Amino acid sequence: MLTTTPTWRVAVTIGAMAVCEIACVIHADTAAAADYIAIPPGSLASVLANDAAPGATNIEAFSIRATPVTTSEYLGFVKSHREWQRGQAPAVFADASYLNTWRSSTLPADASQRQQPVTSVSWFAAQAFCETEGARLPTWLEWEYIAAADETKTDARSDPAWRARILSWYSQSSGKPPAAVGGVANVYGVRDVHGLIWEWVDDFNALLVSADSRNQGDPDKLQFCGAGAISLKDRDNYAVLMRIALLSSLNAADTTNNLGFRCARGGAAKISPATIPNGKNKP
Amino acid sequence: MNTSHRWLLAPVCLFTFLFATVTQALAIDKPLPTNSIYQLAVPLTDQDGKTSTLPGRRGKPLLISMFYTGCQFVCPRMVDALKKTQESLTPAERDRVPVLMVTFDPGRDDVAALKSIIDERGLDTHQWTLARTDDRHVRKLAATLGIQYRQLPSGDFNHTSVLILLDADGRIAGKTNTIGRADPVFVKLVRKVAAQK
Repeated sequence: MLTTTPTWRVAVTIGAMAVCEIACVIHADTAAAADYIAIPPGSLASVLANDAAPGATNIEAFSIRATPVTTSEYLGFVKSHREWQRGQAPAVFADASYLNTWRSSTLPADASQRQQPVTSVSWFAAQAFCETEGARLPTWLEWEYIAAADETKTDARSDPAWRARILSWYSQSSGKPPAAVGGVANVYGVRDVHGLIWEWVDDFNALLVSADSRNQGDPDKLQFCGAGAISLKDRDNYAVLMRIALLSSLNAADTTNNLGFRCARGGAAKISPATIPNGKNKP
Repeated sequence: MNTSHRWLLAPVCLFTFLFATVTQALAIDKPLPTNSIYQLAVPLTDQDGKTSTLPGRRGKPLLISMFYTGCQFVCPRMVDALKKTQESLTPAERDRVPVLMVTFDPGRDDVAALKSIIDERGLDTHQWTLARTDDRHVRKLAATLGIQYRQLPSGDFNHTSVLILLDADGRIAGKTNTIGRADPVFVKLVRKVAAQK
């Protein structure tokens, strides 16, 4: 069995590359229309303990970008939405390191890096980008649902190989810029969920797993209402728990050099009108 | 154009002129600081059904927090803390620092639900506003304020219980997690910010 694995992997990789070739050509022709993949509804045993009702959570059908948003796509966005250029975006929406690797407000670091996922973008900036596509960020549960898949199964989380592959990426240094998007597609056709960047989710500020819940002994210093911080199931699934740990530590204006995003549509979450910086303070 | 039409136009012109004058008088010359919460144009509807926007609060400091009316334990204690904070101020200071609480739960907290809390808690609507916005703006407002929240399957919410003081330009001047009573350090800060011109 072991000897057949490499051959099988090669076949999958070649197949995926062929698909990528086609997808990339299509993408170049329709630059404005991003490639969204329809994700069927289903259920997910989330690593977030489901509060009062343990067990699987239902996920409604939604669609999601096949790849993270690239630097090239983000450049197009800031050119048409000047208020989101570096130096224009208000500090309350994007911190001082927003797009800090770019040479100027409309010039990414290197022309060879245009197909890399855009990083150093805040949650607000990511939301604003997605809103221009009539989309939003995926919810944590939607992201966890597609992230559970590998190339052949919708839920590969119990597979030691799935975990090991993700953990090996975490152990790599984040000093160098990420590679171009377009890795091997998972069973849904979604790429680069693991092994390339960290990704924002819509409800990042719903992940109340902060150490502040230690304060709950003092009734005058209750940090959280009701049942307090969520507890985590499946504690040995570090691969996914590390994502939650990162997201729950972030503020909406924060940016880091390996944190990017992809957009989603449909599903349970609603879409809002665009977030436009209100610099002129119109009433 | 005949004369009757001109006659009709006169009040419109007068109104436009007055509106422009008033707007100009109220306009705040300085640009809004880039770290102001008022960069986020949150639409609000209050306990009387009156609509406004969050940036319309510019010009006075503001005590702001988020809650929901179905909250049995923590939110009433947050209201207590805000009331006791206000009671620690002089009448002039109280006038300078109104209170705004925005619900996490626009699905259930309609205008009537907000009004019921005003009545139940005997809140003075000259100083207190309980308001709702849409789901997406709830998430964004919480994000700018650094408030975490999450709806449980029961319909209740887990949320950070924090009271936040904004200065007259909407910048976060301070926060407290103390509920149920006034936090003396926070009260001191409120008085200081209320005194700022």
